[in-house]
Amino acid sequence: MTRRHYSFWSIANEARRGHRGWAPAWRTPTPKLSYDVIVIGGGGHGLATAYFLAKNHGIRNVAVLERGWIGGGNSGRNTQVVRSNYFYKASVDFFEHSLKLYETLSRELNFNVMLSQRGIVTLAHSRHDLETNRRWANAIKLNGVDSEILSREDVKRIEPLINLDARYPIHGGFVQWRGGIVRHDAVNWGFARAADALGVDILQNCDVSGFETRGGRIAGVATPHGVLRAEKFVLSVAGHTSALARQAGLRLPLVSMALQATVTEPVKPMLNTIVMSPGVHVYTSQSDRGEIVIGGSADVYSSYAQRGSLPVFEDFVASAVELFPALARLKVMRQWAGIVDISPDTSPIMGKTPVANLYINCGWGTGGFKAIPAGGDTMASTIANDRAHPLIAPFALDRFERGALIDEGAAAGVAH
Amino acid sequence: MLHLSCPYCGPRDETEFAYGGEAHIARPPTGASDREWADYLFFRRNSKGIVFERWQHARGCRQWFNVARDNVTHEIRAHYCIDEEMPAIPDSEERL
Repeated sequence: MTRRHYSFWSIANEARRGHRGWAPAWRTPTPKLSYDVIVIGGGGHGLATAYFLAKNHGIRNVAVLERGWIGGGNSGRNTQVVRSNYFYKASVDFFEHSLKLYETLSRELNFNVMLSQRGIVTLAHSRHDLETNRRWANAIKLNGVDSEILSREDVKRIEPLINLDARYPIHGGFVQWRGGIVRHDAVNWGFARAADALGVDILQNCDVSGFETRGGRIAGVATPHGVLRAEKFVLSVAGHTSALARQAGLRLPLVSMALQATVTEPVKPMLNTIVMSPGVHVYTSQSDRGEIVIGGSADVYSSYAQRGSLPVFEDFVASAVELFPALARLKVMRQWAGIVDISPDTSPIMGKTPVANLYINCGWGTGGFKAIPAGGDTMASTIANDRAHPLIAPFALDRFERGALIDEGAAAGVAH
Repeated sequence: MLHLSCPYCGPRDETEFAYGGEAHIARPPTGASDREWADYLFFRRNSKGIVFERWQHARGCRQWFNVARDNVTHEIRAHYCIDEEMPAIPDSEERL
């Protein structure tokens, strides 16, 4: 399998010929009847899993089944934030591994993912918030990751347009300067192109309607192309994990909810960092195109509807305008929602399942995008060796039975 | 915006209510295994389609009640009191 290398010269060459020579970034293959591994779900995690199976473990007879199109699900609906400012060591180790992979991902994939480490500022709205932030920032430092406490004046210096005397006044906060944003489409396309070049079959418009089981193992999956067989299967389908896992006889501790986001019309640079307020639950940043990206909490009830509720939208937009009054005059350009699978401790559920050859990568809730490279890397290792990668061992499904929760929802706050 | 109907106060906007998650979850007996406790505390059906769930009229009479809702279309299919059996809902097969 060969692919054309993207470079300054390839762009210049194409420009010379009027951009008529670009080939599709990945093939549209005819499905084989049997694979070594079938990855269900062609989002970032699924594609990254397939890529690392092929690259790190030499398992190239792999198919990624995507119900819609690459980049049409949560991987293209998130707010592009990457960071590793978690509280517990298990989380910090995993998300720091992910951030490090993001730092070299453009080179790894030969695809510019436009990583911009502009810093992520978390705000404190009271003395007590500030105490909690100090504890949180110190925990991050003790786990070997950068973070810095900010005074009220520091916050104003970093974000001059912020309203320090908001309804809930700003007392300070902390920053992780290595946090930032990444172009999410590029991550999906880059992993798809790189996996395809290593021989992975990416099958779009290929939804899975059920499993064929034999002797407690999955033998095949029912698709529009008939039953496709494989040695091993991995579920990487975010909000639809419970429904699909039930077809395989698995019950999971997940609730699917709608998480919405919105962008305004594009304006000149006005925000320098990503500003996140766990107190009034909003986060905002400015995209490279100038749009202000705003997100908040998930809707309050279970949903598979891919559209958000108006009261939640009003809440986080009101919070954003209170923090940055200059936003009030901007028009909202787009608003959308994705279905996220929220686990009881808001930490992911990864690894082996009671079904011998079925693996899961789910429970990402509101924060799966930042975990894509590490999710793919560790899941590929887990599948290839049939043993949990050390970084994801704490995130196993049996932690709920053992009472070994990793409660980032309580520790690192709602903005997870 | 959902319009829910509190069995005691009548129809109100979503903003008056608090969500209580899946309904009809029975507490296991004393002496249940760790697995049974985990299932009771954390594991949920999380259906796509008709769901039976608890709601509280938090900014009203503060009573709890149950709702059968389609979580794809957000259509409310039934309201019923907290001690009532799960009603039969026509065409309620799970979607994928």
